[in-house]
Amino acid sequence: MSLSVATPRPPVFAGAPAPVETAANQVAELQARIRGMQRTRIDSHGLPTSPGIAELLPGGVLRAGAAYSVHESTSLALALLAGPSAAGAWCGVVGLPALGVEAAAAAGIDLDRLVLVPEPGEQWLQVTAALADVVTVVLARPPASLSAAEVARLGSRLRQRGSTLVALGEWPQSEATLRVSDDRWMGLGDGHGFLAARRVTVSVSGRTLTGKPRRKQLWLPDTEQVVRPAGLAGVPTRPVPAQPVPATPVRFDEAAVS
Amino acid sequence: MTASMSPVRSILLWCPDWPTNAAAAELGLAPGAPLALIERGDVFACSAAARSEGVRRGLRVREAQSRCTDLVVLPYDPVLDHRVFEPVVAAVEQIVPGVELSRPGTCVMRARGPSRYYGGERQAAQALLDTLAGVGVSDARVGIADGPFAAEQAAKLHSPTVTDAIRIVPAGRSPEFLAPFGVELLERPELATLLRRLGIHTLGSFAALDDMQVRDRFGPHGVLAHRLASGFDPSDVDARVPPADHSSVLEFEPPLDRVDQIAFAFRTAAEEFVARLQASSLVATAIRINVSTENGDSRSRTWLHPRWFTAGDVLDRVRWQVQGAGLAESGLNSAITRLRVEPESVDPAGNHEAGLYGGATDERIHSGLSRVQSMVGHTGVLTARIAGGRQPSDRRILVPWGDLPPGGEASVRASQALPWPGRVPGPPPATVFPERRRVLVSGTGGADVAVDDRGELSAVPVSFAEPGGRPGAVSAWAGPWPVTERWWDAGGRRLNRFQLVDESGGAWLLVLDDSGWWAEARYD
Repeated sequence: MSLSVATPRPPVFAGAPAPVETAANQVAELQARIRGMQRTRIDSHGLPTSPGIAELLPGGVLRAGAAYSVHESTSLALALLAGPSAAGAWCGVVGLPALGVEAAAAAGIDLDRLVLVPEPGEQWLQVTAALADVVTVVLARPPASLSAAEVARLGSRLRQRGSTLVALGEWPQSEATLRVSDDRWMGLGDGHGFLAARRVTVSVSGRTLTGKPRRKQLWLPDTEQVVRPAGLAGVPTRPVPAQPVPATPVRFDEAAVS
Repeated sequence: MTASMSPVRSILLWCPDWPTNAAAAELGLAPGAPLALIERGDVFACSAAARSEGVRRGLRVREAQSRCTDLVVLPYDPVLDHRVFEPVVAAVEQIVPGVELSRPGTCVMRARGPSRYYGGERQAAQALLDTLAGVGVSDARVGIADGPFAAEQAAKLHSPTVTDAIRIVPAGRSPEFLAPFGVELLERPELATLLRRLGIHTLGSFAALDDMQVRDRFGPHGVLAHRLASGFDPSDVDARVPPADHSSVLEFEPPLDRVDQIAFAFRTAAEEFVARLQASSLVATAIRINVSTENGDSRSRTWLHPRWFTAGDVLDRVRWQVQGAGLAESGLNSAITRLRVEPESVDPAGNHEAGLYGGATDERIHSGLSRVQSMVGHTGVLTARIAGGRQPSDRRILVPWGDLPPGGEASVRASQALPWPGRVPGPPPATVFPERRRVLVSGTGGADVAVDDRGELSAVPVSFAEPGGRPGAVSAWAGPWPVTERWWDAGGRRLNRFQLVDESGGAWLLVLDDSGWWAEARYD
């Protein structure tokens, strides 16, 4: 019987792309790996994340105790919440009086475990902090007048409690910032059809991601109302994609006239 | 077997039209108004005014309304009935122990004790009527006879010669008293029909039948009915144990008009309220708060709790009710003189005991959300349901944490299960504006885009300006989808819906009605 000491590898690299071609990429990868190993907190675990979203995030998971910032897309923010909610976590929403509850349910959020505080008023920070104490993921629209000290206080509260903040808008200490661009709706024509599916480009930048923002194509949602990645087109550091691009569904062009 | 042979001499106290009087008092209706309480589509009880117009128990609602056009129709609420009768029974128990509550409006007690104490049956009955007048019941009647059944018939006796509120059937003469009544009084419709077809119309002729023959023909139920008809009522008075009064009342002298003062003053009372329940190993899962004001107004509201009320929770509910969401809900316009909190539903504390190794996750959620509720108010923390409807805003129901949706969960599920033809297909919009927003849509050269009665567009939309934005080109659109809801009603609506994608790729759900173009939701 041989005793071997297994080096604990952080699980965050399980889904990282294997082929590394350029030196810059290799350096970035190694740096990220060092950072992962240097992580000092014990409780820094990943939350269950839906597969379409996992690809976007640094490390491939939604991290407990971190903050993420999503720009200009409530659907994308709801998709971030869907994974933890489907796995049984409670979610809270602060300061979104116009949230489409049906869209939340369609994204995969269990409404039985969703709590809304649409009008926190002046007490945004207190309400968000109190919710973060008990729920796993908080989706919130931060007010413009939030001081750096308040951001830091909420950040440490989140780390302590291990709950995740998804900020709809700018958040200074975010783990990753997700922006939606190049909105393309399918199914709607010139006076006919209906909005059936949407394909967007999500650009992800963050503290742990160096260099240019990572860009991914995403169905948000597809015709089956499922959020899923739409091929690997548009990886900026590589001129030609090395892997074959999975065929994107073309049925919209046919289905457009309905 | 003395009990079976000699019926218990009983006093029965009857408040005529109790259900309608209780409902009228609780809802603040005029006492003389024609009122009917409905259970399963039939009239369950009606007030004297309604009866004089020909409304009877057991009529269909429509029939009752056609007989009395200004009839006020309300659903029958047995809980309300019991709740309003409870103080009356409590007042009776103050002067006569051992009261059986037959149903709201009727209670029975043994005659022996009170008649000896008050020096006679008539005096005892008079003492009861005086007590009832003291709690606001003026038209009660008392029947005294051998056995509760005969006493009830005496109290309810409707005859032009008897006008006294106290009806006493002398001891041993109950069979004689009961003999002329019809067999319907036994409240066994099948037996009564059968007896009538056999030519037996009165209790007296039923009583004349032989015991053994009745048993052979009608079985044990028949024997019981036969005993009642013969004046040998086998039932005893089953005195109730008076329930412990867990309610907490605080009078303010001088009246208070500031929420913080009231909450501060009620703090100790709330703690005592919870401690008293705890002493009986109970927890309250719903409480009822009644607020009386200086100008004689009194408002009640029931508050539910997802788990059970602590002193802090009770205090929060008091504060919320006094503040109201605006004054409309609390309806208060003057200083508060009296505050009463009573448990509406209680549960054994054992069912709510915390686990040995700390509470479950849900318990943490409840306490955390209660904290948030104490910051932003009861209606500030919401849970969501999806209901049925054609507009996205109709399909969203927001319910305060711990409350039930209007009409209950079952009605939400029922409306969700309906087909709702004409709803928008495709993914639901992620942003549904609480107030729809004004947008600008125009055709080529700024032409108006309108829809005529045949659903034809007057121009193709080419330019779109979002709320507060600059006009841009329309890249795709579809519509109009007409919606005509409740066209027969003043609250109905006719509108046309459109989906539209603007030049930056943003998708909108638009509505065109008589007042112009509106954005209802955004697919962002």
